[in-house]
Amino acid sequence: MVVKGVRFRDHRVMGDIIELARRYRDEGADELVFYDITASPDGRTVDRNWVNRVAEVLDIPFCVAGGIRNLADAETVLNLGADKISINSPALENPDLIEALARRFGSQCVVVGVDSLAMAHGPSSDGGESKDSLKGGATGSQDGQPSTDPEYLVYQYTGDPNRSRTSGRRTLDWIIDAQARGAGEIVLNCMNQDGVRKGYDIEQLRRVREVCQVPLIASGGAGAMEHFREVFERADVDGALAASVFHTAAIPIPALKRYLIGAAIPMRPPEEE
Amino acid sequence: MPTPVIIASGGANLASLRFALQRLGCDAPVTEDPGLIEAASHVVLPGVGAARDAMDRLRAAGLVDVIRRLQQPVLGICLGLQLLYTGSDEDDAECLGIIPGQARRFSRSARLPVPQMGWNAVRKVAETPLLEGIDGESYAYFIHSYALPEGPQTCGVADYGGVFSAMVQHENFFATQFHPERSALFGAAVLSNFLRI
Repeated sequence: MVVKGVRFRDHRVMGDIIELARRYRDEGADELVFYDITASPDGRTVDRNWVNRVAEVLDIPFCVAGGIRNLADAETVLNLGADKISINSPALENPDLIEALARRFGSQCVVVGVDSLAMAHGPSSDGGESKDSLKGGATGSQDGQPSTDPEYLVYQYTGDPNRSRTSGRRTLDWIIDAQARGAGEIVLNCMNQDGVRKGYDIEQLRRVREVCQVPLIASGGAGAMEHFREVFERADVDGALAASVFHTAAIPIPALKRYLIGAAIPMRPPEEE
Repeated sequence: MPTPVIIASGGANLASLRFALQRLGCDAPVTEDPGLIEAASHVVLPGVGAARDAMDRLRAAGLVDVIRRLQQPVLGICLGLQLLYTGSDEDDAECLGIIPGQARRFSRSARLPVPQMGWNAVRKVAETPLLEGIDGESYAYFIHSYALPEGPQTCGVADYGGVFSAMVQHENFFATQFHPERSALFGAAVLSNFLRI
């Protein structure tokens, strides 16, 4: 499954959003994720009518991420036609929100987005920041055993460079917790890879896959068709999300899908012209 | 011109279904009104959420017998397919009992994520007007944790750690386990075929 992320922060680009939605629909994207940056993180009420306009033209599922911090926000967005809502920082602030959303709307529409940073971590590493940041964390083992494995930490408020910081949670612990609370899908954004186009963080995704029983979507790092093949084959993810390579048409979705199908990765073929 | 209605069976996402029918030229009201439902040319029974909740809601609206007695084409979608059957293992729910059978939860032993959420191939196993003009395998979008095994009413199957009913037909009752409103051109063709019955 190829998922397209569309990040936007200006409602004047509304026409562009609809245009993009149409374009990716026609190219054969399997799902779209809209990151409504205007909607977060300051909590003001925003105009969500664009969701309805998108629902009108799309015949594939789409997810809305950004600024959903309570049941009412979620209900608005779902009623306007979104199939799923994705929550990130608000879930870290208030993990009970995941349970409340899953009870009310069903796990199938509750996506938890996780921004995860790999920290070099070992007996001699400069793990100071990660250790400090873990103090007071609500989860995580307290065994204090040094490890040569990288430590994966969850970041929050990543939409705002001035507020972005570690949440004090370990990524694997948080993903286990989020599933227990009713998350129906995990989008793992590997921050070290984001925007670098060097490929997905296979090692981290494999570790997460081991603890993730719900659909897992890889995000961050796609730069070439081989990267998609690699993440499906080696990390066994359910979907691969990318933004810039699709925006710029560096990788056309129909060609990508034909390539992946040729590599025996099961996938909906692009529509015949 | 068909005059379909959508039964308000609970669950948030009826907007996408309404838009899908609009793209086919039909403005379908969402209703719990038995009179409107009985008068419609086609009836769509969608469903999101839990089987028991949906049945409670249909009972409260006095729709259980109304639906059972419908003579016009009826299309169950997703949970709406399961509601047509005898029951569901989900909270041991008793359903409409129009088609014999019991919805079962996907087994986790197959190491596949539950719910199934995503695109999967649908294969025709019996003739049905819903697949008129559609040959071979088509991809459709699924979101579900429970499914019906293949049975005499099955006309399309998909495989998710085992074969299950993706499309069924029993007299004037049709259903898809997938979401045609979210299944691109294939889904639009299925809906369009339904409206032509």
